[in-house]
Amino acid sequence: MNIQDLTRISDTEWEIPKSFRHDMRVPVRIFATRKLLEQVMNDRSLEQAVNSATLPGLVGAVVVMPDMHQGYGFPIGGVAATEYPGGVISPGGIGYDINCGVRLLASQIEFESAKKDMDMLATRLNQRCPSGVGKAGVIRVSVKELDEVLEEGSHWARKNGYATEADLARTEETGSVKGADPASVSDRAKKRGREQIGSVGAGNHFVEVDVVEQIFDERAAAVMGLREGMLALQIHCGSRGLGHQVCTDYVREFQGAVRKYGIDLPDRELVCAPLDSPEGQAYLGAMRAAANFAFANRQLLAHSARKAFEETFAGKVENWHLHQVYDIAHNMGKIETHEIDGAQMKVCVHRKGATRAFGPGAPGLPPEYKAIGQPVIIPGSMGTASWVLVGTEESMVRSFGSSCHGAGRVMSRSKAKKTVRGDQLRRELEQDGIQVRAGSMPGLAEEAPSAYKDVDAVVQTVSSAGIARKVARLKPVAVVKG
Amino acid sequence: MGFEEIPHTADWSIRVWAQDLEGLLAESARGMNWLAGAELAEEPRIKQTFETVEPDGESLLVALLSELVYYAEQENIGFDHFVIEIKNDTLKVEMEGAPLKSLSKAIKAVTWHKLEIRESARGLEVEIVFDV
Repeated sequence: MNIQDLTRISDTEWEIPKSFRHDMRVPVRIFATRKLLEQVMNDRSLEQAVNSATLPGLVGAVVVMPDMHQGYGFPIGGVAATEYPGGVISPGGIGYDINCGVRLLASQIEFESAKKDMDMLATRLNQRCPSGVGKAGVIRVSVKELDEVLEEGSHWARKNGYATEADLARTEETGSVKGADPASVSDRAKKRGREQIGSVGAGNHFVEVDVVEQIFDERAAAVMGLREGMLALQIHCGSRGLGHQVCTDYVREFQGAVRKYGIDLPDRELVCAPLDSPEGQAYLGAMRAAANFAFANRQLLAHSARKAFEETFAGKVENWHLHQVYDIAHNMGKIETHEIDGAQMKVCVHRKGATRAFGPGAPGLPPEYKAIGQPVIIPGSMGTASWVLVGTEESMVRSFGSSCHGAGRVMSRSKAKKTVRGDQLRRELEQDGIQVRAGSMPGLAEEAPSAYKDVDAVVQTVSSAGIARKVARLKPVAVVKG
Repeated sequence: MGFEEIPHTADWSIRVWAQDLEGLLAESARGMNWLAGAELAEEPRIKQTFETVEPDGESLLVALLSELVYYAEQENIGFDHFVIEIKNDTLKVEMEGAPLKSLSKAIKAVTWHKLEIRESARGLEVEIVFDV
């Protein structure tokens, strides 16, 4: 595929028409500048978007965000909505790390006065928030407790003293997706989850301390409690081995479901089942349970991060509390109502590496966010900026209430490791004033900022396209990675 | 019989080839170990049997590799020796390995993305994408 195959709608919007390939059921709508598009022409992002457009029961268009890159099955940065309950659900369209997401907490601690404590804070966060390959979490739960976590998510955490009511109010779905079914989660998945709750994991997951560098929307920032020059904290992780196993189990099972329901697809990773079939319902219940596990996971890590802040700043500053700004998923399947061709329709929105970005007045938002729109957290690559945005009325009608989820990779992990040395990168980041705690130097090299797109360009694209609005830009000062 | 890495923007991918399906599965397991940077302790040696029934070669491949992902993450065991028997749709693997001394990369899952075992000049060939 090349750019000539695409129809340019505007400087930030493109379309691959349904006529591009005979098996497409809907067009593909891409939010990107020409420059960002050119960066993905050498990988399979757009081919994967076209493949995704063949799923039965799709409505509107498959939407692709400017941070898109090649994944497996769906492209990363892909959004697809299927009719509910007549359409299908595709586990590969949600991903292995179910409810991978980001939580943003903010403080009233001034960075300038806390600068000297950053080294200690990074060490304490590293000690309190387990990260790395296969690392066990901060607690171990019994089989019965795990079932409660799967059913209740962050509400389980609140009952057990790891969360406040304010935390729940400022979490997507209040951290507890209804309809979760622990019985649909395999014993093997549960075994992986019992030991890993309260852990970051490896790969691109992290705990990061930021300073609020610039405010773009004073009103929205005030509502969120974000103030220029103050410290904030991001937690990026998901459902760990439990979610990976749930997806593995159901992608395998759905290989049979597509034969049973006579569904023909161009890629076996896209396997799906009708939402109203026993297979579809079982996956929906298991996926929601894994999502609840991820919400509880980030909640436990937030609790641990608060302890690290307390240990570092108690007695040094008046208020060391980290208040929750928002917690948002970027790998999830949700039943939502959207306007399709002028009519309200209930759909199953698959977001794979894309963030829900509900505009002002949308259902499910806490009262203070109803007026400004839902916070959208865009973590950058380590060493570059992160962004806080809000969803808009436009996102509700043009992208199924969705926006981008990060910078998006542009360089393969193997190339990053060949071109960047982990220890050298660590020194460079520290010279730039960023404390780094990393379990693996090759792992650090893979996540080098040069392996990612320019996050500012990605954010500018969604902002210019009108599907999100800038609120604040954050600058990293300490990063903990597995 | 062999494997090589294929560049992938976000995840990891390898191309594997062997004379027959049994060899392809064993070499894929070795390729996955290499990607994950699995280093095994010298002892104790651990033996394990894995048996499954699947409708095709690709399904057998994903089933075996997913089993190894599970053992590495949950039991901290890596396997480096495989005796594989495939009869009709049934796969039986006698695996031998040891506790993992180190694992530099967490492989989350074995994907089915464009997974297709095909005949080539090198025998059978397959490209596997791993979610990391």
